[in-house]
Amino acid sequence: MTEDILTLLKENVIQGRVTQDDEGFDEGMVGQPGVSELIEKALAQGINPENIVNKGLTAGMNIVGQKYEANEYYIPDMLASAEAVGVAMEILEPHLAKSGIKSKGKVIVATVKGDLHDIGKNIVSMLLRGAGYIVRDLGNDIDPQVIIAAVREEKPQFVGMSALLTSTMMHMKDTIEALTESGLRDKVKVIIGGAAVSEEFAQGIGADGYGADGFQAVRLVEALSTNVES
Amino acid sequence: MARQGVLVQPYQRLKLEQVEQIHRASLAILTDSGVVCFNRSAAEFFGDRGAEVLPMHQGSADCWLLKIPEKVITDALQSAPKVVKLGARDENNCLILDGHEPRVYFASGSETNNWLEVDVEAFVSKRNPGIEVEFPVFRVEKGTVDRLARAARLCEHLDSWDSFLRTVNIRDDDITNDNKDVNKFFVSLNNTTKHVMSGLTELSQLSNVVRMSQLIAGGEEQLRENPIISFITCMVKSPLQLVDNTTQKAIEIARRGIPLVVSSSPMGGSTAPIREEGMVAQINAELLVGIALTQLVNKGTPVLYGSVPGRAHMVSLYDSYGVPEFNQYNIDCVQMARYYGLPCYSTGGISDAMVPGIQASVERLFSHILVTLAGPQYIHYAFGLLERTNTFCPVQAVLDDAHIGMVKRFVRQPVVTTDRISESLEQIRKVMGTSHKLYTRFVRSMLRSGEIAPPYPFEGKDMVGGTLLRARERMEEILSLPPSHIPRPVVDEVFQQVPGLLVRLRN
Repeated sequence: MTEDILTLLKENVIQGRVTQDDEGFDEGMVGQPGVSELIEKALAQGINPENIVNKGLTAGMNIVGQKYEANEYYIPDMLASAEAVGVAMEILEPHLAKSGIKSKGKVIVATVKGDLHDIGKNIVSMLLRGAGYIVRDLGNDIDPQVIIAAVREEKPQFVGMSALLTSTMMHMKDTIEALTESGLRDKVKVIIGGAAVSEEFAQGIGADGYGADGFQAVRLVEALSTNVES
Repeated sequence: MARQGVLVQPYQRLKLEQVEQIHRASLAILTDSGVVCFNRSAAEFFGDRGAEVLPMHQGSADCWLLKIPEKVITDALQSAPKVVKLGARDENNCLILDGHEPRVYFASGSETNNWLEVDVEAFVSKRNPGIEVEFPVFRVEKGTVDRLARAARLCEHLDSWDSFLRTVNIRDDDITNDNKDVNKFFVSLNNTTKHVMSGLTELSQLSNVVRMSQLIAGGEEQLRENPIISFITCMVKSPLQLVDNTTQKAIEIARRGIPLVVSSSPMGGSTAPIREEGMVAQINAELLVGIALTQLVNKGTPVLYGSVPGRAHMVSLYDSYGVPEFNQYNIDCVQMARYYGLPCYSTGGISDAMVPGIQASVERLFSHILVTLAGPQYIHYAFGLLERTNTFCPVQAVLDDAHIGMVKRFVRQPVVTTDRISESLEQIRKVMGTSHKLYTRFVRSMLRSGEIAPPYPFEGKDMVGGTLLRARERMEEILSLPPSHIPRPVVDEVFQQVPGLLVRLRN
């Protein structure tokens, strides 16, 4: 019974179905339980949250990753699966905490002050959630002081900032300086992305890394996590 | 089951009033200037129906000036079929050309002497010898039966290539005028299951080609039901002359009831007026005469309105296809054909450029989009042609297939229904309820169903020239697939009954 639910969960992650209203690739899936309904069911049946994560969500995302690498899946497929995992992780978060299981890490993301262009940041959020990170999305047009306050309160390992406009990208530098002035800079790794910025710019403003797209962002966080641990 | 082509919402360059003005101008040309006819039988056919036939001499040739009254043309046109089926070895590949339906099919064309190979060579930077890059280089070869077979095999596997119109002139040492027809038709039919169209080199070979086609189609009646071949006859030499040889071929093809294209290819500024209305009035008159003749010979002969108008290049007086007027002329002709309800064999996707590249892409895409939008039933010249009509390049044909695929998506008729509007409203409602505000989830099933365009198949992220290299790889991939040959017993029968076939072509 436990295995059945976890298999179904894995399948629904692969199909990228968040709720029962979502269609998958196979015919007749609308109306069948999606990831959120299955997670609730699994918890109700007392299945260990760690098992749910490992055998359902992570197992599913691993296959999604393989399909993407093999050009069988496109980015929309990856995002749909990541969204499903993200929703699942939100439901699971208190249960994992209660069981004393640590998450992979927490990331605060924001599109910087003056910039409303947040599609890239939203994609990064979805992919990070899909990869098992806890993401606090502060939104767009975010003042450096709001980010400082969130870092104080949430105690994340990472701060991710995005900017599309050349006129707003310097607020990334302002935010890094504000983190330094607040004594928080060495508590977090700062990563940046967006059409206006580059690896060179990241180094210039003292960020810890730059990701050209959502996938690079995830790889960057994972690489920096390893460094933190080591 | 026929191929789908693409159904378009036709772009009307000419108003109906202008179409009718041009129609009247064409009829006036036929009664006023008339047509010089070098073929005695054709002159007699028109004379028997009431045309004025005035004997003339041009050089040593006998000819007749035909002054053709409107009624001869309109009566003859009534019997021309409004729907023409072009059959295929695989009946799922047949084409239904309906003169009143703007469903467009794409075909290759011309009979080029040259075949352009694309090779890959490595180049080392002079400034930095550590940098080595691969670039395409071009090599001109002559047309051969082997290369014609390769083109037919490409046609078989490229989705947008609906019909195989012979691409290269076969110039092997063992090919003569007397065996060219049977061999080019055999090689084409033996390497693609799609419809095969070609010109006829020698009238004496017509019976052999027809016999071969009957054997491959399964019999005489089967060929009539499923005409796996058709002919192009350029009986008109512009301006307004019916040449003896090709006119006789058209007469004999019409007698056998095989589908044929009556084509004319005047050049604006040299063999036709350069201004649009004059050019179109003349080519329309030329085509009406040719089509009428096929119906006078054999009522009901399936015939296509073969408009191939071009514009003269003002430096060389060569034909020039990369100019905007080329598109205007062709679009107008499509409208004229539709006015008569005749299936239109039109022209697009051709370039003056010598090799694949920016000029070739811009020029051919211009007409690929515009002429397709006009809604002709059959666009020839659409694959691989370069250097006007002198060179066929298989890698260019692979690129054209991808580009036509994109054009087909662009021109197809929009679908706006209550159900689809409701679905879109539901999507918007759902997405507005999320934090990410992304519609990507709803793209997925459409990506799989083919409803939305896939990524450009030859796009690259690294360097200039990558597109051609990837198209070349695709070509090699296709050519490594097993060919769709005619079944062995049928080939044996064909070789037994049809003289002139090269033994080396037997599978």
